Amino acid sequence: MLNAQFVMQEADHKEIIAVIERLIREANAKSIFLVDKSGQLVAECGEVKNIDTAGLASLTAGNFAASGGLAKLLGEKEFPVHFHQGERDSLHMSLVAERTILLVVFDERSSLGLVKLRVKRANDELAAILENIRKRDVAGEADSPFADITDEDIDNLFND
Amino acid sequence: MSFINYSSREINCKIVYYGPGLCGKTTNLQYIYNKTNPEAKGKMISLATETERTLFFDFLPLSLGEIRGFRTRFHLYTVPGQVFYDASRKLILKGVDGIVFVADSQEDRLEANLESLENLRDNLKEQSYDLDRLPYVIQYNKRDLPSAMPLEELQRLINPTRNVSDFEAEARGGKGVFDTLKAIARLILIDLKRGTR
Repeated sequence: MLNAQFVMQEADHKEIIAVIERLIREANAKSIFLVDKSGQLVAECGEVKNIDTAGLASLTAGNFAASGGLAKLLGEKEFPVHFHQGERDSLHMSLVAERTILLVVFDERSSLGLVKLRVKRANDELAAILENIRKRDVAGEADSPFADITDEDIDNLFND
Repeated sequence: MSFINYSSREINCKIVYYGPGLCGKTTNLQYIYNKTNPEAKGKMISLATETERTLFFDFLPLSLGEIRGFRTRFHLYTVPGQVFYDASRKLILKGVDGIVFVADSQEDRLEANLESLENLRDNLKEQSYDLDRLPYVIQYNKRDLPSAMPLEELQRLINPTRNVSDFEAEARGGKGVFDTLKAIARLILIDLKRGTR
């Protein structure tokens, strides 16, 4: 498997945060998460304080992976948009640039229609940022902390 | 696929524990969870049936320390081991950085071990991974049981080249659990440093 790293620089993170902070305002959402398809949390904003974000990222990826499996069984490529309606909060999840999932949590202050409308533009902006990251990773141009890390550093991490 | 976040200064990697049903994958994670300091772990998630058999996956996020100013975080997953959950196993392997194969040392589970290992190779291949090129360790669990096969025979069948680091374990009591985890984490970091996969 080539291209086994996803490297997000500070500038990338700032760009992503700018997009999702605008989205949370325009969609009147409670919180927004951007999750890698393998279950890593890439970015978040909004009311995230009492949420187990690592678990959320893992379950979101699992959810998409499972529904992707279902889609293939039915002859679809995948189901790129999910909506879960709760008593108080609802979730809108959409695939971005084939490698990340945008999760929008909203309540009665917003509506599914508004979220869908605002997500569409944000999705395009995020896709462009993620595509730049992907191209940089593939070209091997990404910085890596491992350039400075020695074998001794790694050994020291595991010495009791 | 490892995720390096310069903004939060984190290196995030995914470890998958694989093996036949009831071999001890979930037990490994439960032991690690119970023995890890609260500051170094997140909540453990288990998607299981009513009879506590893993249905989709277990998940445990761990921090293993800092290295040159970057926190190293490992996401541990188990797959459901029962044969008919193969579709789910394929999904959990996505983005894997390292594999722990947990073998059940009991003689009557030998066939299941070998089938699971072959299943692992096949499922990785479907996603363009090669087990021989991935960070990978083997754990022979349940060494304490009277029906446990001799180690040399297990090694001959499951680790024939002896190129893979392997560990004896009794996961319920914790023996070998952290040795296995440290070994796979170390292999992953070395692999990332070398930049080859």
